[in-house]
Amino acid sequence: MTLLDIYFRRRAVNMTAMILSGLAAAVGLAFLVWILWVTLKSGLSALDLKLFTKITAYGAEGGLSNAIVGSLVMDLIALAICAPVGVLAGTFLAEYASRTKLGAVIRFLNDILLSAPSIVLGLFVYMIVVLPMSNLSHGAVSFSGLAGAVALALIGLPVIVRTTDEMLQLVPGTLREAALSLGVPQWKLTVQVLMRAAVSGIVTGVLLALARLAGETAPLLFTAFGNNFMAFHPLNKMESLPIAIYQYTNDPNPALHAIAWAGALLITLFVLLLSLSARWYLHRHKVTHD
Amino acid sequence: MSSIPATIATENADRRSRVDARHDVWFRRLLKVCALLVLAALLGAALSTLWGGREVLLGHGLHFLTSDAWNPVTNDYGAWAPIFGTLVTSLIALILAVPTAFGIALFLTEIAPAWLRGPVAMAIELLASIPSIIYGMWGLFVFVPFMASIEPGLSEMLGRIPLFGKLFQGPPIGLGLLTAGIVLAVMILPFICSVMREVFQTVPNRLKESSYALGSTTWEVVWDIVLPYTRSAVIGGIFLGLGRALGETMAVTFVLGNAYDITASLLMPGTSISSSIANEFNEAVGTHRSALIALGFLLFVVTFVVLLVSRLMLRQLARREGA
Repeated sequence: MTLLDIYFRRRAVNMTAMILSGLAAAVGLAFLVWILWVTLKSGLSALDLKLFTKITAYGAEGGLSNAIVGSLVMDLIALAICAPVGVLAGTFLAEYASRTKLGAVIRFLNDILLSAPSIVLGLFVYMIVVLPMSNLSHGAVSFSGLAGAVALALIGLPVIVRTTDEMLQLVPGTLREAALSLGVPQWKLTVQVLMRAAVSGIVTGVLLALARLAGETAPLLFTAFGNNFMAFHPLNKMESLPIAIYQYTNDPNPALHAIAWAGALLITLFVLLLSLSARWYLHRHKVTHD
Repeated sequence: MSSIPATIATENADRRSRVDARHDVWFRRLLKVCALLVLAALLGAALSTLWGGREVLLGHGLHFLTSDAWNPVTNDYGAWAPIFGTLVTSLIALILAVPTAFGIALFLTEIAPAWLRGPVAMAIELLASIPSIIYGMWGLFVFVPFMASIEPGLSEMLGRIPLFGKLFQGPPIGLGLLTAGIVLAVMILPFICSVMREVFQTVPNRLKESSYALGSTTWEVVWDIVLPYTRSAVIGGIFLGLGRALGETMAVTFVLGNAYDITASLLMPGTSISSSIANEFNEAVGTHRSALIALGFLLFVVTFVVLLVSRLMLRQLARREGA
């Protein structure tokens, strides 16, 4: 083999790799466009006012109003649980335990919780919330919106812990030193100086958590269960958009599939808009900080 | 200030610093409790599923792991079929997603013009924020018919190869392990890709430039310089994707076909740990329910180990970067 042969073979290998990697990017984009396009097309053609006014009990003649309300209630309760806990835990990691062993362990395990299987978290909440509440109500299985919200909170918690931790670490150390040198106690420094400096990042983390938990289905199956009627009280069984989509997709009736697509469109738009704006915000934030 | 006697001033300051110190202690405790809740969540998930599945885990013992029986009528439960389905679909997902993710990461870090990198990276990451139920719906209504239309050709083409061909012989119904594996591959693609892209960017420019100066092609720089430099983190990223694939529920439940069969063919329907739990839990009572919770425990332990390995590998690179 002459040197020239080797040269051309290396160029050929390089060219092939370049083309294949371009193809890989095209395949990835194609799947994104395919999924979004189908959701948009099927969802838009089924979009209807009765989605927002009628409940799922009417089946194909009905809508998704109880599912929308249920999702809103559970998402809000979940946020009310995981936002304060997550922000405080993230603050602990960044401000009090950034160099301790305990902090390292918690940060490490939080990253694992971030990708833990959501269905197991659903089982966990079934064991610690649904079963004890069933015992209180003398044996009747007590699925409830509250249990669903707790399961969702477990999904959102690690997202908030992580972003809060990272955002507080971006706050310049001089700010801490300046406040401490004025004799400010550390809790006041944390709440009134550091959190205020990092508030936009923390809020972004909360929004990302909301985007993550709003689309979850698996943890709701055996916690909130589902409910064909309107329910506002979180101690009742509660319908939610993902669960309604799951049930309608499993049904052979094509009219229900159409409603499921409309629900899918609503949830996809909500989640994508939230995560896009949160990402855009984070990105801009980081750029101005550098 | 000067009119206040010195003793009162110091007394006030003393009291104030004592109060501040007390508040600080309580604030610190509050934060610590919240942080410990993260530990409690993980530990609780493990312990509660262990407790809920104790009847089957302890009663059936090893039989539960190795038996492929799943019979609610005779109360005989073996986890092998769901474990098999989970492993096979995750493996297919990895085989398809890892090279694709590598290709995209290569494209985004070395090949694409600068103006294209941001938008393409953003689009790939969007794949990760689509809820899994949407993947499931799209899988069932769009991708399964698509697979059903290409599977006869697939069997025709690949089914003839000896040994390997067995994988692709079966009914062309679209549902099955292969379809589930492909849907999973699309789902975990963005996770693996974003790790690879991030760590590829950490390779010092002088290393790459030295290699280019010696006459390397782009491919040789990536394969001989970038990849060895980032090896542990790349493996970490792959394990992260594996962890996601193992635990994914909604995307696979619709397209697997829910059958407790163990077959050589990838075109046959199967089941997975998570889809068994999702499909049966609400109808299950007694031992059946315990068996499903025990499955959940298995899933949790396996994903925990996989994710642990992943994070350890990812951390190695971070440490070297800091050094």
